[in-house]
Amino acid sequence: MLTAEDKKLVQQVWEKVSGHQEDVGAETLTRMFAAYPQTKTYFPHFDLNPGSDQVRGHGKKVVAALTNAVKNLDNMSQALSELSNLHAYNLRVDPPGFSSQLLAQCLQVVLAVHLGKDYTPETHSAVDKFMSAVAAVLAEKYR
Amino acid sequence: MVHWSAEEKQLISSVWGKVNVEECGAEALARLLIVYPWTQRFFSNFGNLSSPTAIVGNPKVRAHGKKVLTSFGEAVKNLDNIKGTYSKLSELHCEKLHVDPENFRLLGDILVIVLASHFGRDFTPACQCAWQKLVGVVAHALARRYH
Repeated sequence: MLTAEDKKLVQQVWEKVSGHQEDVGAETLTRMFAAYPQTKTYFPHFDLNPGSDQVRGHGKKVVAALTNAVKNLDNMSQALSELSNLHAYNLRVDPPGFSSQLLAQCLQVVLAVHLGKDYTPETHSAVDKFMSAVAAVLAEKYR
Repeated sequence: MVHWSAEEKQLISSVWGKVNVEECGAEALARLLIVYPWTQRFFSNFGNLSSPTAIVGNPKVRAHGKKVLTSFGEAVKNLDNIKGTYSKLSELHCEKLHVDPENFRLLGDILVIVLASHFGRDFTPACQCAWQKLVGVVAHALARRYH
């Protein structure tokens, strides 16, 4: 799925946001909760106001997991195995095919906001494919 | 009928007011063809679509992108009657063009990303929210007359 060129582009983009990871995570989630209110149903126990510590903390977790995936592009299934179990059996978030599209869309918007023109069509394509691959791995254990 | 708050209307029109329809339209369509290459199936007579560079530089892609986004402007001008505005176009996309409506959703999401890259921080979460709603409503209206 991901070509060598795609992998390079994903790694490059990730390098550009390293150092801002917490912001990227928080902003992605904030946008997701704003644009797709149905995603809030998974966080009834959170304070979801923008700037909330819980949103920041969770955003940081999400980006850390994605960073791990970026470091293991050749081996995502194994690298994300624990997370796959967690999402399938504990969290039971609506299968990643659906909800990750919403998360992926918001992550891409955040990257586009920060990178402007540098978020080229090729980079956009690579990140889109990467997020699809992550979603597929997370969905592996669902049924 | 879709309900738009005053704030949503304001966010939509203030962004639209700053959009270069030709540039953004060309970019959105090019990205659709690059990020989701299967969409090229609808444009077999567009000439060279063999690489991202070819697609971005393709004059037919640019022209058609402009056409598509210009039509989008009709939705912005007629927020209270998007269904009616796209009635004929919906029939066209079904009966003549045979486009799977899923593609409208893909293009809508890409348009949002293009706007984000152009407007940066000014494309706030509230802006994105209003625009995701708008592209969703447009996609729905375009699919409405399918049979």
